[in-house]
This record gives sequence, structure tokens and C-alpha cells, in this order.
Amino acid sequence: MAKELLKGNVAFAEAAVRNGLQAYFGYPITPQSEALEHLSGRMLELDRVFLQAESEVAAINMVYGAACSGVRVMTSTSGPGFSLMTEGLSYIAGSEIPAVVINMMRGGPGLGNIQPSQADYFLMVKTAGHGDFHPIVLAPSSVQEIIDMVGLAFELAEKYRTLVYIAGDGAIGQMMESAELPPMQEVRQERPAWATTGAQGREPNLINSLYLGAKALEEVNLRLQKKLAEIKAHEIRWQEYETEDADLLLVAYGTVGRICTSVMREARKQGLKVGLLRPQTLWPFPEERIHELAGQVRGMLVTEMSAGQMLEDVERSAAGKCPVKFYGRMGGVVPMVDEILAEVQKLDEEVSR
Amino acid sequence: MKHEETIFSGFGGQGALFAGQLLAYTGIAENLYVTWIPSYGPEMRGGTANCTVIVSEEEVGAPIISKPTAAIVLNLPSLEKYGPLVKPGGLLIVNESLVPARCERDDIRVIYIPASDIATEMGNPRMANMLLLGAFVQATGIVSLETVMSELEKHLSERQRKWLEPNKEALQKGAELAR
Repeated sequence: MAKELLKGNVAFAEAAVRNGLQAYFGYPITPQSEALEHLSGRMLELDRVFLQAESEVAAINMVYGAACSGVRVMTSTSGPGFSLMTEGLSYIAGSEIPAVVINMMRGGPGLGNIQPSQADYFLMVKTAGHGDFHPIVLAPSSVQEIIDMVGLAFELAEKYRTLVYIAGDGAIGQMMESAELPPMQEVRQERPAWATTGAQGREPNLINSLYLGAKALEEVNLRLQKKLAEIKAHEIRWQEYETEDADLLLVAYGTVGRICTSVMREARKQGLKVGLLRPQTLWPFPEERIHELAGQVRGMLVTEMSAGQMLEDVERSAAGKCPVKFYGRMGGVVPMVDEILAEVQKLDEEVSR
Repeated sequence: MKHEETIFSGFGGQGALFAGQLLAYTGIAENLYVTWIPSYGPEMRGGTANCTVIVSEEEVGAPIISKPTAAIVLNLPSLEKYGPLVKPGGLLIVNESLVPARCERDDIRVIYIPASDIATEMGNPRMANMLLLGAFVQATGIVSLETVMSELEKHLSERQRKWLEPNKEALQKGAELAR
């Protein structure tokens, strides 16, 4: 396959199709509506399911139903829609079935606006719905990476029977970039053994998140926690740039992560030994590696399009071994290279004192 | 190293976004890294529209920039907004037909082209964007004009087919005016 110019929203939608997506349920919301537009044509053309629900509440419950039947299913939305979905997400988590949810974050709170943001970090990583659970949260920083992460999301969701979120933002959705789509994959015909596919000739499968007995529900929770520990042990992903000799470290994800590659290049031109760690999974979080680097560098700068949400995880990981500073923009404002560079210089001065 | 960070800006309908996309397609065809990102918001017809296109030999970090190396401005508000932001040593291309003002800077190269007037003479005022793109390609050399034309052929919709040759002529004319 050759590189083509692809818009983020169209790219992730087509990547899902090529990864054998069997059903999509969703409700349009900017800045990701191009995904629905693309899928509404493609899925029908391929005789698969595309359904524009009456709301995000309905959409996520349709995802829940389809996931129970063992098909590859996905939805996508942006902040306000994601908030509406949280009840259904918790049911999906409690039922331990695989599903993929993409959130192209926009400015909030409330209706906010449609510009890029990363202010749903807490929502997606910490409070993805009621009860004790964690989805796997993937954070792409380019059109190519969101394409690749759609494939990874389905793989992880099915491997662990878990929810996987992709935390994108309006910039990745609206941006066009050179990228390569995966080859078309056959749609999986067989359904998993646990799926509710009609019980004729076998014992019925029961998928449920209701356990009236406390002991029984604790058993479920213990099993869930064991699975989460396993995910934590195997699925942490991140990318490092020029950390070998770094004595200052930038930590950023998604769109801000790639902006920080430019910041790093500029800072290095000025003789500052700056490295970058870009988490690709927000849960599980690369805490051990950040802890290690906190022992190596003189200080860290976390940059986000939020008031400082991932910051808390970086601080927790650094555990006081080095100063952790923060720079953020909110409300749909994307931080510029020279702004972040000025913060890096400030950090350098502070830790040199 | 080949590297241009360019802002295309004008009123909605003037083709600023399409001119930017055509540059991006051309960059890919010439094996360069590209990003194209529009300003997007609750827009209306006649409102402003702009996009940032980065074409580079190295992988693109920040896709959104505060100071472009080049700006192509199709109307007055765009000149007022982006004229002062072009990096020293950079390039500013102005659609003189619709911009009744000059850029006072002497640290950048400024090219004035009465693009809307020439495009009207050539048959369609909406080809002003191609005149300006032609001038940009000539002035920067970031990609070749031939590739721009072959990419235009690939990405012009069926409905617009009849405008292919006139648009190629507009690209050519713009390039000549920037020599």
C-alpha cells in the first residue's frame, strides 16, 4: 500500500473497516462526524451494520448488545457524547465483553466548543463509568498512529475481553497527513465461545453485570482486578525521543506529544539536553519508566491541552525524585512550540539555581 | 533541507483550503512528509477559511504553527492577520485584486499578483487560488509545478473536469508572474 493524504477521522473509520469491523453504532458530533459520514457509505456497501442511533445513550447500548453477540463492534464520539455513554460503558466493563470506543476530545466543560482538547483525560482514564474498572486507553499522535491503534484496539479488546478507548483530539481528527492504511482483512466468521449467539443444542451463555449477592460480586471484581493486573504487566506502551543523554524531560501525549518533538528539536539547537517521553497508553501508564527517568533528569515539564490531568500521573510516577512542572492551554487552544520552549527554558533556569 | 510551513487564507469559497490540499497531495507524490490542518469552527459562507500546510524532508512535529515560513493571502483580513507573522526571510503572496493595502515589511519577500482579475480574464475568478499556488511553487521550489498539475488532474472531481486545463494555465501563469 502506498502513502496517501488522509484525514484523521476518515482514516480511523476506514482502518476499522479494514480490520473487520462488523457493526458501528454512533451519533454525529464534531470534531469526528466525518467518521460517521465515511462509515455510513462503506459499511452498507460491504453489507455490514451501520446505524445512526437517536442518541449516544442508545448508541453505546447497541454496542453493548452487538458485543455480547461476539461481533467486532465500535463507536466514536466527542466529549459530550462520551459523558452520555458512561453508564453503558460501565455495563460493558462489568460484563467483560470487548468493545472499542473512540473519543476525539474537544473543548469543555459543557457543550464547550469543537476545537482540540485533552480535558477528558480524567473522564477516560480515571472515571470511565461507575465501579472498579479500567479500560485500556490508547493515545495516538498522528494519522498513521490512529490507524495502527484501531487494529491494536480490536486485538487487545478481544484478547482481554475488555473495553479499549482511543483518546484522540480534534486536531488529529481534522488533520490530513500522509499515512498508509492496512490491507483489507476478512471479516471473522466464527463467534467466540462465550457469545450469546442462540443456545440451540448447547447450554445457554449468560452475559450480565448484575450480581445481587455481595460475595458473588466481589468474586467478579477480584477476577476483573486480576485481569487488569495482567494488562498492566504486559500492555504499557510509550515512545521515547533522545532520552539517553537528557537532563530535562518533556512528557506529553497525542497532538501535544508531537508538538513537543518540535520543541525538543528547537531546545537541542539551543544546547539544552531535552528528551521526550510520549505515553501511547494512558492506562496502563508508563509509571516505572517515568520513575526511572525522574532519577536521571533534573526536571520534567508536562504539557497538555487541559488544566493538568495527566500531570497527576506523572507526579505520582516521579514520586518526588525530580521537580515536575506543568504548562497547559485550555478551551480548544493548542499550545505553540515557542510557548512550550519558553517553559523549558524557565524550567532549566529553575533547576540550575 | 526542504521545509515550508505555509498558511493559505481567504474567504470561504476562494479555494484556500483546496490550494493547500493540492500542495499536500503534491508533497506526498514527491515523497515528502506533509500535514494539512484547517482552522475549523462554526463557519459560515463568506467567513474566513485558512489552513496550515507543512511540507518537509523530515517528519512533521507540530502541525499547527504560530509563525509560518510563507503565507498566501487571498483577502484583506488575511493580510492583516498573517502578514506580520511570516518569519523573517519568509515569503508573502498577496492577491492584489482584493487587497487594497501593501505590506510594509522589508525582511520578507512579498509578491503581489492581481490573481482574481487575471483569473476572471481567464474565465473564472475562482481560479485565483491556482495562480497564487503557482507563484508559491515558483518562489519556493518546494515541489515541482509539473507534479502540482498531475496531482490536480488526480484530485479534481468529475464535475470540475472541464476546469482542468484552465486551472493548469492559471498555475503556469502564477509561476511566470513570480519569476
